[in-house]
Amino acid sequence: MTQLILEQALNGLQFGLMLFLLAAGLTLVFGIMDMINLAHGSLYMVGAYLAAEVTQASGSFITGVGVAMLGTGVLAVVLEVVLLRRLYARNHLAQVLATFALILIANECVRIVWGAQTLMLNAPDALSGPVRIGGFLYPSYRLLIIGVGALIAGLLYVLVARTRIGMWVRAGASNREMTEALGINVRLLFTAVFAFGAALCALAGAMLGPLLAVQVGMGESILILAFVVIVIGGIGSIRGALVGSLLVGLVDTLGRAMLPAMLRALFSPEVASSLGPALASVLIYVLMAAILFWRPEGLFPARA
Amino acid sequence: MGLYATTTRRRIAAVFVLLGLVALPWGMRLIGQEFYVSFASRVLIMALAATSLNLVIGFGGMVSFGHAAFFGAGAYCVAVLAESGVTSAWLAWPAATGVAAALAVFVGAISLRTRGVYFIMITLAFAQMVFYLVVSLKTWGGDDGLPLLQRSAFGSLNLKDDSTFYFVVLAILAFVLFMLDRIAHSRFGRVIQSIRENEVRMEALGYPVFSFKLVCFSLGGALAGLAGALMANQAGLASPNLLHWMQSGILMVMIVIGGVGSVFGGVVGAVLLLVCEEAFVEITPHWQIGLGLLLLAVVLWAPLGIAGLFGWGRNRE
Amino acid sequence: MSEKLDLLLDVRGVSKHFGGVYALNNASLSVVRGEVHALIGPNGAGKTTLIHVLSGALPCNGGRVVFDGNDLERRSMHERVTLGLARSYQITNIFTRLTVLDNVAMAVQSRVRDWGSSFSFWKPFSLDSAIIGEAHALLAQVSLSGMANRLAGQLSHGEQRSLEVALALATKPKLLLLDEPMAGMGPEESERMVGLIEHLAQQVTILLVEHDMDAVFRLADRISVLVGGTVIASGSPEAIRGDAEVRRAYLGDEVA
Repeated sequence: MTQLILEQALNGLQFGLMLFLLAAGLTLVFGIMDMINLAHGSLYMVGAYLAAEVTQASGSFITGVGVAMLGTGVLAVVLEVVLLRRLYARNHLAQVLATFALILIANECVRIVWGAQTLMLNAPDALSGPVRIGGFLYPSYRLLIIGVGALIAGLLYVLVARTRIGMWVRAGASNREMTEALGINVRLLFTAVFAFGAALCALAGAMLGPLLAVQVGMGESILILAFVVIVIGGIGSIRGALVGSLLVGLVDTLGRAMLPAMLRALFSPEVASSLGPALASVLIYVLMAAILFWRPEGLFPARA
Repeated sequence: MGLYATTTRRRIAAVFVLLGLVALPWGMRLIGQEFYVSFASRVLIMALAATSLNLVIGFGGMVSFGHAAFFGAGAYCVAVLAESGVTSAWLAWPAATGVAAALAVFVGAISLRTRGVYFIMITLAFAQMVFYLVVSLKTWGGDDGLPLLQRSAFGSLNLKDDSTFYFVVLAILAFVLFMLDRIAHSRFGRVIQSIRENEVRMEALGYPVFSFKLVCFSLGGALAGLAGALMANQAGLASPNLLHWMQSGILMVMIVIGGVGSVFGGVVGAVLLLVCEEAFVEITPHWQIGLGLLLLAVVLWAPLGIAGLFGWGRNRE
Repeated sequence: MSEKLDLLLDVRGVSKHFGGVYALNNASLSVVRGEVHALIGPNGAGKTTLIHVLSGALPCNGGRVVFDGNDLERRSMHERVTLGLARSYQITNIFTRLTVLDNVAMAVQSRVRDWGSSFSFWKPFSLDSAIIGEAHALLAQVSLSGMANRLAGQLSHGEQRSLEVALALATKPKLLLLDEPMAGMGPEESERMVGLIEHLAQQVTILLVEHDMDAVFRLADRISVLVGGTVIASGSPEAIRGDAEVRRAYLGDEVA
């Protein structure tokens, strides 16, 4: 039992860290420009597809990941300059609608280029086996994801908390006018942040590709989770995004693994097998609603 | 002209459109395209659902991203009732409306504590909760949805006949639009629209803003439930797709295309979108790109909706 | 004092701090029914914060506010209006996309005790002729009759300030909180506003926050001076003019 919990906790950590890669970019875009970007999940999807394509063509997973990050970053710059800029000053409804349109377009374009069937993206052979941790075997590829996720989270934290660029970003998130008044080119800063967020998205897509299916629509389900994360964490806060990601990753993964078993102890097997998955799948939304009920601005509001 | 006015001209136009819609089944029979009567019912039902969302977003100014929850709740309510032997429309449809309304009161009472982006996200979260709950309940058909073996019994009318069903849907939609027009010009309607304009000032004038918003939100939810009940009847199925967040998105698309905050905006948007879809899907399987581009164009260049381009939208300065 | 029974508003030791910064520090003040009570003080003294606390826009951290026999703690903003406490805003806060008439009508309509609640879904508002009639009368009172069908956003600054006052007045308050009604006005517009307030003073008790000292000394029956979040003096205009502490803290040479 403890072994199962430990293994699921690692899975939750791994999922949470990947969620953080998406949520980090999303929360900064949200925080700095007060812009809802539903198309963030599409960048994740594009990243996964690019990684699958390039990995297959070149035979190197690392090349695949690198090209995916670069390509998605460039796409993001184009998107930002051509379209998203026009939306910053608009209301949330317009932003939701315009980026919803982007989802439709992106999904259909991917379908045209790669077809409707699921694409295979294999983890590097060297990481296909499990490793022994303590008393149990754990897939080494998942460990790699945890390592990469933790590394990026650490780097990002240092970048935002310790460097001058990070200071601008934080300033932009808490008070844009003031930042502009200080002579910082918010426009350029934002394009850079957006591209950087997109590259992180692509990294998450590429890393998760071998675990989840690379398919059209993969962006939407994870996008909503990322939104849950940043709303729980407080919009614009990197720290909030990290805490929220880990919370959502752990609660979701552990809930799915534990809840049915726990319910079996309380109810009849039929009730438990029907109720368990249902409750597990809504757990994070219950968590979010509860947090918003008590803290309508999330756990770490960026704006005082 | 202030914000509230619906012009007489627009009302007259609406009556003519209504007469045209009444004649539609005979027209279709004349040209041998009776299949389209069923399609027309679906369009009108979506128009009703979009109209209910327009009450919430367009009139109340509450950008709800979870309207599909109420739409789907109505559909599942009818299907579940039918399974347990309640087939009368007189019982099932009001029940669907009531269940959706109760759900909306619950969701609204919690969500309306938050503002802006947080409101958008918490309504989405509640809708996702409903979606996953329903999909994971095997007794309700899970991913496949819950079939409705036969349409509801509606007095002596035979709803199995597509034309009869169409007329019932049309009558309901017409009544709801008439009602919405009355509401828009009633004291409540003026209050809710003024809250959309300036919430703080309304509170400072002594209006219990929260209560007004909650009533408006719940009314929208109730009407969405009614639309869901009709949709289950039209499709013969309470489908999880009705609860999916893409459905909430599509309803928003409809009102933005048709005109946010205008009485007929939901109808215009639903008709335009579904008719275009029907027409273009024949030509290309990649119609979604077209829809996406159309939507982008509307958002960027016609914020009052397609209707606004022709001056049919809400009056603004 | 014999007026003791006739206190309309009694503010007792109210404090409000943002983080560690005190905007109001044990501020006390009382408004007698029927008077024009002016609240003056240098910028940042906490005048607008006090208005926010009184109207319920901000919760206070300590002290009590009693209005017309009711303890206002835990009363929401809209409940306070129903009790008869209305405010205007320092930064004009009107419905810019509604007509001037609709603005005032919306304010008149808010009086549940006169017209019943606004949870009325069916009857067209255009039939509520009593409300519309009263809105017209109010517009005449603030000299905006000619503008009734204009959008409020198209009015001049001075006209918008008058509309702002009319909105508060339309709720038929017992006490009118006017937060710098002359803010940003030229001398001519200010003169008209002083005339309007003089006229209103005959119908309603007024708590006036204002920077224009000429206007304050012309209008006020009593004056309270707020400095650093604390009321340092309260009294007749003559007494305030002669108060050494006030002169030192605030008035300086201005009225010497």
